[in-house]
Amino acid sequence: MKRFLGFVKKEFLHIFRDYRTLFILFGIPAAQILIFGYAVSTDIKNAGVAVLDLSHDEITQKLTDKIISSGFFRKTDNLLYYSDIDKLFKKGKTKAVIVFEKDFGKNLVSKGKASLSIIADGSEPNTATLVTNYTTAIVNDFAFEFAGPLPNNMVRIIPEVKMFYNPNLKSHFMFVPGVITLILILICALMTSVTITREKEFGTMEVLLVSPLRPIQIILGKVMPYFILSFINVLLILLLSWLVFGLPVKGSIVLLLAECMLYILMSLTLGILISTVSSNMQQAIFISLIGLMLPTVLLSGFIFPIENMPKVYDYVSSILPPRYFIVIIKNIMIKGTGLVYIWKETLILIVMTMVFVGLSVRNFKIRLE
Amino acid sequence: MIDVFQFNKMNDSVISVHNLVKKFGSFIANDNLTFDVYKGEIFGFLGANGAGKTTAIRILSGLSKPTSGKVMVAGFDAFRETEQIKKNIGYMCQKFSLYEDLTVRENIILYGGIYGMTKKLIWERLTELLAKLKFREFENRIIADLPLGLRQKLAFSVAVLHEPKIVFLDEPTGGVDPITRRQFWEMIYETASRGITVFVTTHYMDEAEYCDRISIMSEGKIVAIDTPENLKKQYDAATVEEVFIKIARPVIN
Repeated sequence: MKRFLGFVKKEFLHIFRDYRTLFILFGIPAAQILIFGYAVSTDIKNAGVAVLDLSHDEITQKLTDKIISSGFFRKTDNLLYYSDIDKLFKKGKTKAVIVFEKDFGKNLVSKGKASLSIIADGSEPNTATLVTNYTTAIVNDFAFEFAGPLPNNMVRIIPEVKMFYNPNLKSHFMFVPGVITLILILICALMTSVTITREKEFGTMEVLLVSPLRPIQIILGKVMPYFILSFINVLLILLLSWLVFGLPVKGSIVLLLAECMLYILMSLTLGILISTVSSNMQQAIFISLIGLMLPTVLLSGFIFPIENMPKVYDYVSSILPPRYFIVIIKNIMIKGTGLVYIWKETLILIVMTMVFVGLSVRNFKIRLE
Repeated sequence: MIDVFQFNKMNDSVISVHNLVKKFGSFIANDNLTFDVYKGEIFGFLGANGAGKTTAIRILSGLSKPTSGKVMVAGFDAFRETEQIKKNIGYMCQKFSLYEDLTVRENIILYGGIYGMTKKLIWERLTELLAKLKFREFENRIIADLPLGLRQKLAFSVAVLHEPKIVFLDEPTGGVDPITRRQFWEMIYETASRGITVFVTTHYMDEAEYCDRISIMSEGKIVAIDTPENLKKQYDAATVEEVFIKIARPVIN
């Protein structure tokens, strides 16, 4: 045990003496959270919209005012003809045009039904989706107020269910869990794979293997410091996202932390596995960054919903651990669900961890022979 | 000198190898090796690259298991008691084996701890070592700041810090200047005189002359084993280098 503790202490010394490691460990996560939370924010603020009002009545005026005064939009133009829409989009300042049909107000009052179209600039699909969603929500809201005395609703578009859990349409709420997922797997896998291959490259691994330390002690000694530091990291990220973005944890915080520990452990064992197949640090960094970052960002459901992907990508994504952790963490943080709804994902992560440990031990033994 | 070894042969064999065979699939890396190494001896383990030296050292240091044969190191069986073997040997490889981002003192404490030495003992050895190497001023410097020669000497001192029965040196003087090499060999002599067996591989044939006995491996077999003097006589050569060239055919790949 004393041998082991001395070894762990040495790992901490490595970490604290190398400013780059410290920066990667604590600086990057904080920066990522802030960048993703603010800069890559998909909230819209003052998006340009234009109005093509073919009806020109009191009701269209009221609805227009409501939309513009929501704070999400800024009116760029009042159009007179359909043909102007194309020109306007090409200028690039307008993201969407709201078109009221002829006799909009009259139809609404007499038939209880009127229609408007929201035409969005599809060249920026993300913004377009957001703008149409926001507008739809406002229109629905207006219809609901207006429908008080009337039996029917006028607009048929149903807002996306996703919004249900995010009524303020705040994108930080969507991003923070994704960023935590991404950062933890990257840092844990990168750090452990690099620290082990570094010992191989410098020749110190030989000396450790010849020493009375058992291979399992060497591996645990490598993993333990990063486990502790990554856990502190989780606490920092959660604190940061709560202080800066006001992101609450709706579910059990204990469950959340336990799941994070599982995920950290899984990522660390993945890092060990990477180190057993790479012969130098460059290779380890390459596999960890390119091999993990891109698939995690693109395929895990972090940014693009898995439901919209072609089946093939869906299959590929099903071997990615982040995919399951994202579900877990979103469920706990945003929906506030308990283990009952996420036991399957949890189980998958446990199995993956065990598979990684098994493969690493096997590779390690082959190397020794 | 020779008489002393004849005497020791009866008593103090620290490495005893009989009919050691190591196969990797159909490839025979070590073909029926039989030899003994005695307490306090400086044993040169020579051979061309690919002759099977590394495989043999890995087995002797408990990293790898023999396919067949009887191997005893420091009184322990290389099949079953590798953990015990590891506690009783020191090891220094051709690559530098200290942590460059740790200080001299931290490296010593780390290795002392790994070999299960008590704090008190580590402190004693540390003080002793720093005084001996005139290292006081470097105590709190990180290894990366030290010149290569000093690092090698320190690495050797660390390898014998726990007073092992045997220390394995795998090409310890690669890339070191002649003066440091000489000082290094003085340290090796001093260590052997304390009763620690030094098992050393080298490509410098002049260093082989410094050994008490040498063995020469070729194609997985030991083709010669004796004192440098006897080998030179036997092969009618002026230097060990000539002996080596005469009998150690390089492996043709």
